Amino acid sequence: MRPFTYERAKSAQDAAVKAATTPGARFIAGGTNLLDLMKLEIETPTHLIDVNGLGMDRIEPIDGGGLRIGALVRNTDLAADARVRKDYGVLTRALVAGASGQLRNKATTAGNLLQRTRCPYFYDVNMPCNKRKPGSGCAAIGGFSRQLGVIGTSDACIATHPSDMAVAMRVLDASVETIRPDGTTRAIPIADFHTLPGQTPHVETALEKGEMIISVALPKPRGGTHIYRKVRDRASYAFALVSVAAVIGKDGKGAVALGGVAPKPWRVEGADALLPNGSKAVADRLFAGAAPREDNAFKLTLAQRTIAAVLAEAKA
Amino acid sequence: MTEGYGAISRRDVLKTSAAGAAIAGSLGPGNVAMAQGQADAPPHAAVTLKVNGESTRLELDTRTTLLDALREHVKLTGTKKGCDHGQCGACTVIVNGRRINSCLTLAVMHEGDEVTTIEGLGSPDNLHPMQAAFVEHDGYQCGYCTPGQICSAVAVLEEIRAGVPSHVTADVSKPSPMTTTEMRERMSGNICRCGAYSNIAEAMAQVAGVKA
Repeated sequence: MRPFTYERAKSAQDAAVKAATTPGARFIAGGTNLLDLMKLEIETPTHLIDVNGLGMDRIEPIDGGGLRIGALVRNTDLAADARVRKDYGVLTRALVAGASGQLRNKATTAGNLLQRTRCPYFYDVNMPCNKRKPGSGCAAIGGFSRQLGVIGTSDACIATHPSDMAVAMRVLDASVETIRPDGTTRAIPIADFHTLPGQTPHVETALEKGEMIISVALPKPRGGTHIYRKVRDRASYAFALVSVAAVIGKDGKGAVALGGVAPKPWRVEGADALLPNGSKAVADRLFAGAAPREDNAFKLTLAQRTIAAVLAEAKA
Repeated sequence: MTEGYGAISRRDVLKTSAAGAAIAGSLGPGNVAMAQGQADAPPHAAVTLKVNGESTRLELDTRTTLLDALREHVKLTGTKKGCDHGQCGACTVIVNGRRINSCLTLAVMHEGDEVTTIEGLGSPDNLHPMQAAFVEHDGYQCGYCTPGQICSAVAVLEEIRAGVPSHVTADVSKPSPMTTTEMRERMSGNICRCGAYSNIAEAMAQVAGVKA
């Protein structure tokens, strides 16, 4: 790990200003992903801004319905919150499908959104990777791509976003609330929060320099059956090959998003409308324009079958 | 010869080899900053940890993980370093009542925190019920993952009692039942290469007072 200086932020705006003005600065909250990457020298910050003392660790009701989740709410606490379990079950389900108990106790809401891909070529510093070293190439294309993306990818990067939580937030139409160094705040719809790689795969979010997540807002509960179905190589503590987050009403209408297939939680609003038509119609719409590789073409079939299982569960 | 050899612990042997490696390493170009002395010393920071009830003030290289602080500075070597990347769970300790991977957190981020390690759970003369159950059920073979397994197991039972849901909880709107299925799922962050899992599950069931 490279040496770095360390400070505890005094306020959210203070943290944003420091992040914008200190060269090589990064925020640290749970640290479970950042420290892993620092040990491998994939991330090499020279200054860490510890935001853990800033509060932002409560889940509060929003006037008119909905919940505001502080950026520092730990994954365990978010999953266990009685209101989340009752009204946003898909979110609890997604959270407990991810990582291990130890990691969920430390990992934060904002950090979960900002975690980096687990593409093996991003992790191997001896390999070219446009995300880790812009312009160096992509070893994953033509490499072992079983875990990697089938849609939303580019000829520069086929990495997936590894989060389960974010897939549930996408189906719930959450918005990511931030503060900028000048003190202004904004709400970014989660649909626009993560960006597609294009020719700049090192750019992963809509965040500006120094901009910091302060909370995530969930709109008022919409009822329905909440399901998160994750398919992986072992029964626990593994990243998704494919996951399906769905909220489906008694009339068969609802919303669906996929994890494990794209550089961001994958939802196509036009596919939601096809839910009453069955899994094939939904999957065909979600995967229009897909660019699978030989190793991961199975994800298209697997996703359709997982959607079918979810629809059957919703009907039962 | 046997007596003389017996006086040297495995730890001493490891220390000697580490020193040898350090001398060899100092000849290489990677240690220039160290040779130049204090001016280029890596940044340090102070932190006070409350480890097993005892406050300890440490002056640490900011890069020091909680795991390394416990082992190398507080000299509590019960907590083990396995993968050092949060994948194996050998480094699990309980901080402010919750289990975490001590390898994936910086010591300086834990000002004032209460840390419980395997040494704080029980002692050879006064075993924690979970330690006693691991002994009774052979919940280990080589023992390397055991401190992490036991810290995790103790915290898992608390998590179920506190109503934290898991991936195998059928209805997340209700409290999770105290079952071996729940315990097994929640222990998935602790890997045992010897494969003592079924005995660990039996030990946990005994402490929880349920049928294995």
